[in-house]
Amino acid sequence: MPYDAPIASLDIRMPMSRVEAEGLLTPHTREEIDHWAAKYPAARRRSAVVAALRAAQHQNGGHLNEALMDAVAAYLNLPPIYVYEAASFYSMFELRPVGRHSVSVCTNISCMLCGAESIVEYIEKKLGIVTGESTADGRIYLKQEEECLAACCGAPMMMVDHVYHEHLTPERVDEILDALE
Amino acid sequence: MSDTASIEIDGRTLEAPRGAMIIEVADRHGIHIPRFCYHRKLSIAANCRMCLVEVEKAPKPLPACATPVMDGMKVRTASALAAGAQKAVMEFLLINHPLDCPICDQGGECELQDVAMGYGRGVSRFSERKRVVADKNLGPLIATDMTRCIHCTRCVRFGEEIAGMPELGATGRGEHMEIGTFVEQAVDSEMSGNVIDVCPVGALTSKPFRFQARAWEMGSRDTVAPHDAVGSNVHVHVMGGRVKRVVPRENEAVNEVWISDRDRFSYEGLYDEERLLEPMIRRNGEWSACGWEEALAFASRGLRSLVSRHGADAFGTLVSPNASVEEAYLLQKMVRGLGVSDIDHRLRDADFSDQEQAPLCPSLGCSLAEVETRDAVLLVGAWPRKEVPILNHRLRKASLAGARVMVLNPADYEFNFRVDGRIVVSPDAMVDALASVLSGSAAPAELCPGVREVVDGASHSEDAAAIASTLADADHASLLLGPMVARHPEGALLRALARALASATGASLGQLTEGANAAGAWLAGALPHRGPGGRSLERPGRDARSMLRDARPGYLLFGIEPELDCGDPALALSAMRGADFVAVFTAYRSEAMSRYADVMLPIAPYAENSGTFVNLEGRWQSFEAAVRPPGEARPGWKVLRVMGNVLDLEGFDYLSAEEVRGEVESLVEQAAPIRAAWRSGERTPWPREALCRLGSVPLYAADAIVRRAPALQQTRDAAFAGVSLNSAAAARLGLEDGARATVRQGDACIRLPVFIDDRLPDGCACLPAGVPQAAALGPDIGPMHVTPA
Repeated sequence: MPYDAPIASLDIRMPMSRVEAEGLLTPHTREEIDHWAAKYPAARRRSAVVAALRAAQHQNGGHLNEALMDAVAAYLNLPPIYVYEAASFYSMFELRPVGRHSVSVCTNISCMLCGAESIVEYIEKKLGIVTGESTADGRIYLKQEEECLAACCGAPMMMVDHVYHEHLTPERVDEILDALE
Repeated sequence: MSDTASIEIDGRTLEAPRGAMIIEVADRHGIHIPRFCYHRKLSIAANCRMCLVEVEKAPKPLPACATPVMDGMKVRTASALAAGAQKAVMEFLLINHPLDCPICDQGGECELQDVAMGYGRGVSRFSERKRVVADKNLGPLIATDMTRCIHCTRCVRFGEEIAGMPELGATGRGEHMEIGTFVEQAVDSEMSGNVIDVCPVGALTSKPFRFQARAWEMGSRDTVAPHDAVGSNVHVHVMGGRVKRVVPRENEAVNEVWISDRDRFSYEGLYDEERLLEPMIRRNGEWSACGWEEALAFASRGLRSLVSRHGADAFGTLVSPNASVEEAYLLQKMVRGLGVSDIDHRLRDADFSDQEQAPLCPSLGCSLAEVETRDAVLLVGAWPRKEVPILNHRLRKASLAGARVMVLNPADYEFNFRVDGRIVVSPDAMVDALASVLSGSAAPAELCPGVREVVDGASHSEDAAAIASTLADADHASLLLGPMVARHPEGALLRALARALASATGASLGQLTEGANAAGAWLAGALPHRGPGGRSLERPGRDARSMLRDARPGYLLFGIEPELDCGDPALALSAMRGADFVAVFTAYRSEAMSRYADVMLPIAPYAENSGTFVNLEGRWQSFEAAVRPPGEARPGWKVLRVMGNVLDLEGFDYLSAEEVRGEVESLVEQAAPIRAAWRSGERTPWPREALCRLGSVPLYAADAIVRRAPALQQTRDAAFAGVSLNSAAAARLGLEDGARATVRQGDACIRLPVFIDDRLPDGCACLPAGVPQAAALGPDIGPMHVTPA
């Protein structure tokens, strides 16, 4: 009579396979990663992480998720923690869905002295969100405070989708934000 | 330019090797510089800044851990500038550190606490809120209190550089930086517990030890870890007569500053509820506790009566390879004193046909430290990472230094270093695979009959030839035979092939034995064919497998659970059940044992026993008991000594374990060299229709103590998932991942889930040995049928 041997329950997180990773990354993303990885010696694939994450984030409409980070790790054959570290460190990577337009108000010393804090307050009230949140319609993402964006001469300033806007006033802010689709 | 630089630290002129960092030189000369991130076994991070010192002509204080010495350098470690910098750094480090020392396990042995006493301010100037960091679940071994973390990154560097498994990292930045795995998962390395030691604060502490005792309440005793043949040196921390925890004892030649998780957390198994606390005897089927005198008289009478009826064949003695030299020696002396010749410790071995040719005792073929300097290593049937973790660490260091480590294994095991040559074949094809490596060797090998035919019939492969030439080209090459060779039914043939390959390529030949003291057991004479010190015997006895196959009227077991520790559990159990009288020296009383034993004598396991282990490099390491055994349990050597008297045997009047050791040592010193003509083993016919079972013993199933250590049993390495095979074999047999299958070996038959594992070669199915689920099955390596349930 065979007896049923007792079995431990298993909850093991297995590393993603390369095949699975290739399925998650679009051909364009993979091409982009290959392009960057080729610039470094084979033993220094880790150097391509930032470029790879940028491509993966782009394919995913502006944010990363765990599966994509694991896919980047598996594709570059790196321990996933290396990818998590880079993705969580750099402010250009988003780890959750965010609004279409990214708005960052500089609050570093020069801007702060020129009233950046009241600009932030104005925007938060106008959009009904606080820094770090996106509007419910998915239009605007108010990014966490930026460090100096090197436009002190035009303080206070903000960056909207990589475009600098200087000498901000509430009226200028209305004009800029209302023009966003 | 000379190799040394002359520098001055705190007014003392010192000679230092050029390129050394200031902190290394200071440490070597006993000059204390405070530090957190610096650890001499890890890379330099220089991120905590605690070791800032003043260097003459440098405008700012410099980190002593990252500043190389230069000729004429003048360093002041306690000047106003240095002390000011150290105080300021200390203040920064304490800003976010909680003041929870009274409830912190690290309290009393905390580097932050110590340095804060020396360099901290009495009053904090920081009145803002401290940051709070969520704790991480790193699995059953490591407790976390991440708010206490000071970001020294020692644990991160340990994972990357020593464990070879980067799992911990620093995510987020600035004030949001956290140490963790990011995605919650258990840290999964066989060496993970060492992060507890490298963590300078109470962020990473031992989970089983949590809130058990204060550092200053415990006594520290030195001993040797009993789970593998490295014999890692450990401190056992003791309070109230109980082992509270185990930490590494530094020994650069053996375990450096590390220990495996198995050696660190196994102590929990000492306090299992199955501990046998008093001698017990069975009369008319009923177990009853009794005193030592009665139990020893009962056991002696039982053995004497077997001897009077059956003479030299009266009973078989099976001794654990974890028994000390003293225990193994006294046991064989007692058994042979009774005129009985069947004794063995090679419980899992399957082929004994070449035992006369074996050296005096198995060994690594070089020292542990020398492993690091090898240029090429071929592992045959070995996965040191999950068998002898500390040896694996040495191999990893060799590999990082450029050595070419190659494997010939029955599964494509994961290594934490680069593998430069890989042959993965089912166990039944290992002989052919090793023969093709030998036939690929350019140098002519001297082959004994039997081996010649196998080599001539071997197929040629590029991989095999590449391995042979890598071994031959290396100045220092090693060929290491793992447990899968010892347990292999064609083990003798594999050893003969390995010996020929080693001599053809100039490689040293070593064996990785199981248990803490296999070498000691050989030297002490716990063998059927040789006495202590390799003395030849007039009447050799049966080996471990034969004395089970050829069932004996009685058995004497020392420190083993036959259904888990023997290579063929079904055979072992049926032999025990069929015997007239079974006497057991044991630390634990299991249900199975209660059914087949007639008398159980409680002996003291590791930490409660004194004795000697001989490790895989032949190092004799003696140890004292750290705690008294509980109840009536007594050290095995004392029980054997008294039992020798009870049996009226000559020469059992020892006063101490040292006296026994001395006797064995002098016998070993007088040992004559082993001179026996080469011979090869036999080929084993493998049934074509069956799969070959690969029954490796999981890391945490190695012995009775480990099997009872709860925290270790919760790790991934201890998880038993069923029978695994590769997708090709599964498809052929109509088995699906997750489905149940019926597994048959001989008459034994069990039902288990199937999982697909493509690391396995075709024709082979992995079903671990040494675990209760497989205790009803047949040989570790042998034919096995797997069919859909």
